[in-house]
Amino acid sequence: MKWHVMRPLWVAIGLVGALLVARVFLVPDDFGVHGRNFTYGYHRLSNIEEWKDFPVKFQGREECADCHRRNTRQLNSSSHVNVECENCHGPAVGHPDDIEKLPLNKTRELCLRCHAKLELPNSDRGELVGIVDRRHRRNKVCTECHNPHDPTEDM
Amino acid sequence: MTCSRRAFLKDAVGGTLATALPLSAFTLLTQTEARAAVAEATTRWAFLVDTNKCVGCGLCVKACKNENEIPFDAPVTRTWVERYVITKDGTAHIESPMGGRDGYTDLQVGDQEIEPDDIDKAFFVPKLCNQCDNPACVQVCPVGATYQTGDGVVLVDREWCIGCGYCIMACPYGVRFFHPVHKVADKCNFCYHRISKGMLPACVECCSFGARRIANLKDPDDPVTRIITTERVAVLKDEYGTKPHVFYLGLDENVR
Repeated sequence: MKWHVMRPLWVAIGLVGALLVARVFLVPDDFGVHGRNFTYGYHRLSNIEEWKDFPVKFQGREECADCHRRNTRQLNSSSHVNVECENCHGPAVGHPDDIEKLPLNKTRELCLRCHAKLELPNSDRGELVGIVDRRHRRNKVCTECHNPHDPTEDM
Repeated sequence: MTCSRRAFLKDAVGGTLATALPLSAFTLLTQTEARAAVAEATTRWAFLVDTNKCVGCGLCVKACKNENEIPFDAPVTRTWVERYVITKDGTAHIESPMGGRDGYTDLQVGDQEIEPDDIDKAFFVPKLCNQCDNPACVQVCPVGATYQTGDGVVLVDREWCIGCGYCIMACPYGVRFFHPVHKVADKCNFCYHRISKGMLPACVECCSFGARRIANLKDPDDPVTRIITTERVAVLKDEYGTKPHVFYLGLDENVR
């Protein structure tokens, strides 16, 4: 083979070699096939741990029950027993250490998510106690009359 | 017969090794046996949605956005709730404004007011990532930034994703989106940080009606697993062959 063919060929081989060397430094050690095969498991292994370390925001009602015993007891014996504390009080991450008071949502919109009357057959929505927003005490906050921890109780 | 010391020692060591190796070391495993031997075989996450119980309050969508740091007012979400209203003339009115984030409080579907007497059937369908057994989104990733973990959840590596968007196009369920802050593909991962700590996903925890439940299919004593294995459940878009792992109770033909 003549030299004018060989020279660019050497350049090409050199470039491929440089790429392979660069790859050794740039690709993390734990990158490879970790799952069931190359198609579904070719990834950086430490990313699984990174996702597991993602901060948890919603702490769950057991966490609230540790301090707020009276409200928890009342809620647990009411028809709102299945409503999570944090649905209205907001995610409790950082409470009470960093965030002393959680931002409580008392808006009509929050209550109307479930209690706006919607006649929908084939879903449990129609069974819920509901109001027509514009016909029921239009300018009042629900909690002025109803206790969210025990909705049947008179305030 | 002559035997040099070297040959004798060679045969002795070889013979000892051969007898020490148990026969079972040579057993041929089938493909599934081999897979079970190397994979984490104790967990396979799946999801059960009971569409009869969903009331369309949208608190799951709100909780998901807060838990997973998805910008609240951006038109993207990891999970969403669709409303289906099928009127007497056979039309299906389908909507999911902002993913149902603010709940459904009236009978206005899109810009159309629907009379209660016109409705044949109406219901809500929560949707989320199906954590498929054969995820199309993972197959198309050109850089290995999305993958399936041993317990069946499909994750996205935010450091490795180049944001090309192939996976967003490949998902038949449209659950993937472009994260407006991190500038990478994003999707529901069953709250992997919660389920790996023994907690419930945020949407499951915040659902007051038991419409959303999570199951470990490898645990035969799991009550939700028992529902999935013994009751009549359906999956979305079975015909794609992706083997989705979000199972639905009470699915309607209008739901796609």
